Amino acid sequence: MVSAERAGASLSERVFEILSRVPDPEIPCLSVVDLGIVREVKNGAVVITPTYTGCPATIAIEKSIRAALDAEGLSSLRIETALSPPWTTDWISVEGMEKLKAYGIAPPLRAALACPRCGSTNVEEISRFGSTPCKALHRCLDCREPFDRFKCH
Amino acid sequence: MTDKAELFAHAIRLGDDALILGQRLSEWCGHAPMLEIDLALSNISLDLFGQASQFLRVAGEAEGLGRDADDLAFRRDALDFRNCLLVEQPNGDFGQTIARQFLFSNWQLLLLREVGAAPSPELSQIARKAEKEVAYHCRFANEWIVRLGEGTAESRARTIAGLDWMWRFVDELFDPDVGAASLRPQWEAQISPVFSEAGLDRPKPRRGTKGGRVGHHSEHLGHLLAEMQFLPRAYPDATW
Repeated sequence: MVSAERAGASLSERVFEILSRVPDPEIPCLSVVDLGIVREVKNGAVVITPTYTGCPATIAIEKSIRAALDAEGLSSLRIETALSPPWTTDWISVEGMEKLKAYGIAPPLRAALACPRCGSTNVEEISRFGSTPCKALHRCLDCREPFDRFKCH
Repeated sequence: MTDKAELFAHAIRLGDDALILGQRLSEWCGHAPMLEIDLALSNISLDLFGQASQFLRVAGEAEGLGRDADDLAFRRDALDFRNCLLVEQPNGDFGQTIARQFLFSNWQLLLLREVGAAPSPELSQIARKAEKEVAYHCRFANEWIVRLGEGTAESRARTIAGLDWMWRFVDELFDPDVGAASLRPQWEAQISPVFSEAGLDRPKPRRGTKGGRVGHHSEHLGHLLAEMQFLPRAYPDATW
């Protein structure tokens, strides 16, 4: 029993390690693990959750996770989708938030919205909807650059 | 009705509302007055398609005849759709589209909250997820009602005309036969401040038109389905 638990833990660690190299198709600076899409490894399955119910990247994500697992000889692991608890931006890792900022997308921090280029907080929202379901368009009023913000969700 | 039949009926209403409005909004793609609006309407459409595919999947499972979400979306005829009449109304101009969205999203938000708190696990987890998306749709529509109402004489006139047309389909949203009547006071409380902020009067009450929940649709639905269903019907072996 103890060794089975340990085997489960090490499988889970291995899966998370493999999937931390699988990029999100729309925001490739983040891995699917950074994004909080991969929930757990349980009963022979990797449990994932969609960001937005209609996000077209969901299918692409599942395919790339499948390919990464197969390449590591883990073809017997299934992929299951769980909707509950619903994904929110709080599932994005701290590391993921930093990566977003470095990539030029303002991370979904509720506290300070700042331009990812010059750091100014003198910014305005141009459109509540952006290039993907998870982003909104903003503009920096100091350096004048437009930028995407990952929506707080 | 058995539990399964009730779940099917409930899920199909939720799924069809989302599917048909999603299809209507997708007609704006590439035609909206500004790029930002094009993005917004397409994003709302996409959210609704995502919700529809989940609700219709649950409907198919409850029905137990092996139909999946795609079968239900693309291989049913108009008489079998259970969406409300509001969502099948043509887009008209931008004022009319926003009027429809305003009335619908404010209602859908309350409905999803109710479904999210209900004991059915199949529907409640989808509803709790969808509610977060619809909160955004509501804010978008409310802001545009205010902007258009306070805008030019033309934007105001078109929005009033849009609201006046769409208002006749409101009663159906609260049809006691499908158990949504209790949401009306909350809905009224939610939309009233938007009317005041926009400086618009509420549309005059008129006799409500209904029928969508029992499959009696307007002619518009057939045209919408003809376009939406053409490809999978003409090429049944096509895959995504």
